Amino acid sequence: MTQILIVAEHSDGRLNPSTAKCVSCAQTFGAGTVDIAVLAADAAPVAAEAAALQGVRRVLTLERAENAEPLAAVYAPQLAALARGYSHLIGPSTTFGKDLMPRVAALLGVGQISDIMAVESPHRFLRPVYAGNALMTVEVPADQIVVATVRMASFQPAAGGGAGGIEAVSVEATLPTHTRFLSRTQAKSDRPDLQTARRVVSGGRALASAENFKLLYALADALGAAVGASRAAVDAGYVPNEMQVGQTGKIIAPELYLALGISGAIQHLTGIKDARTIVAVNKDGEAPIFEVADIGLVGDLFQVVPELERLLRAERS
Amino acid sequence: MSTILVGIKRVIDYSVRVRVKPDGSGVVTDGVKMSINPFDEIALEEALRLKERGAATEVMAVGIGPADAQQQLRSALAMGADRALLVQVDGPVAPLTAARVFAQLARQHQPLLVILGKQAIDDDNGQTGQMLAALWDRPQATFASKLELDGNRARVTREVDAGLETLSIDLPAVITTDLRLNEPRYIKLPDIMKAKKKPLDTTTLAALGVEPAAGSPRAVKFTAPPSRSRGIMVKSVEELVGAMKQRGVI
Repeated sequence: MTQILIVAEHSDGRLNPSTAKCVSCAQTFGAGTVDIAVLAADAAPVAAEAAALQGVRRVLTLERAENAEPLAAVYAPQLAALARGYSHLIGPSTTFGKDLMPRVAALLGVGQISDIMAVESPHRFLRPVYAGNALMTVEVPADQIVVATVRMASFQPAAGGGAGGIEAVSVEATLPTHTRFLSRTQAKSDRPDLQTARRVVSGGRALASAENFKLLYALADALGAAVGASRAAVDAGYVPNEMQVGQTGKIIAPELYLALGISGAIQHLTGIKDARTIVAVNKDGEAPIFEVADIGLVGDLFQVVPELERLLRAERS
Repeated sequence: MSTILVGIKRVIDYSVRVRVKPDGSGVVTDGVKMSINPFDEIALEEALRLKERGAATEVMAVGIGPADAQQQLRSALAMGADRALLVQVDGPVAPLTAARVFAQLARQHQPLLVILGKQAIDDDNGQTGQMLAALWDRPQATFASKLELDGNRARVTREVDAGLETLSIDLPAVITTDLRLNEPRYIKLPDIMKAKKKPLDTTTLAALGVEPAAGSPRAVKFTAPPSRSRGIMVKSVEELVGAMKQRGVI
């Protein structure tokens, strides 16, 4: 029997979909229980969302003023204390989880498994290495707590409609004051979140300017898609870095990925290889993106994109 | 006297197409080009810039790995590190073991900063910096894209999924580097000559008093990922829309 504790990721009083993906992963461990820990200044709205995830036994809330921002140095000692008695402590392989989980593991004196893709047994897992160019099966001893992060592209979010309990808890932990949150800037957008969107439209250096990305935004809106970009487009300053898709950006698994003017460098392909359908448009018929695309079109973006948008809008109406 | 410690890991060069060995015991490394982990080069560059601005007096490059990792430490010295230390270990090094090494060196050298790559591009664990910060009981600022020192504090901008986050942390601290922190300098020939005279010491885990982390995740098998195959090519936007409809994606 496994006893799994999941660390909830949340912001602005909303649960991040990454938590529901961790629940899905936890459900593949076999018989056992799944709890969720919510660390927050005001945990109630997030805890209610977490308790409604299918398969969750109970949600533990740890409310402290210091938990207002997700600082790894502040969260880690509390989680290390809370994790005692559990067989597994898991979190999402997002920047939140990647920052936090190794710090908790070290406090618990154990190693950590990064990016679980599949659970072969509660102590044997599959994970990507070399930017996904190889897969590694890893084993951990059964006599110690397992700390791990879950690869977001490998799991669908757990459904809602559950009725887990909610319980306020407190732990003995001395919290450091050496780390202070100052600010967070995030682009406000009405489009879906890149990491969880079902459809993604991405642009590369061929867009040639920030202005030209407007063509992509219009197409994305016609499709109800999120917008991403290649590293080349980000480095050229056309779009902010949080839009980068690839090994060093976001690894995504949408149902539809439209790569527009993206040549298909290995590091970019690593970020999209789990997409269900890849559509590529590029003026260079030899571009490596066509090696992995399900549907390819050789053509000029500046003609193809507006026409595609027009046809898609016509389809919808 | 203020030191910055920088981690330098020897990895398969980023441009090499990595292949899994047919027996699943690992990946092919024979005759493959090895380099400094790219995120570690960024870490070293940042340390050198801090020293050039007078914020630190010495940059020490630390490698943990086989004897051949001296090559990457020589490159680090050529880039501008003042001295290097190789903790010689044959076989895989668990991130928790690496963190213990840096924690021990931090106790010995009392550095202002330890700057590490956010991940190594071989095992893609991305754990050592955070584990070090826990063991050393100091602040961490991971995925840094901007670092400014101000007295006994640092102001660090981090690349997070939502955008950019800025933290203020007390020093000493652990920083892990993201791609956009800086662009590492190129090594010039005279620097390679100069690097030959710089100290490169070798030690072991036992001599440092570091226990390897028992019970860390152990690789039992490597497999090649399923590959995507080339699909169909269409000739017009109408055909493209038709093909997308056929696949049920629109």
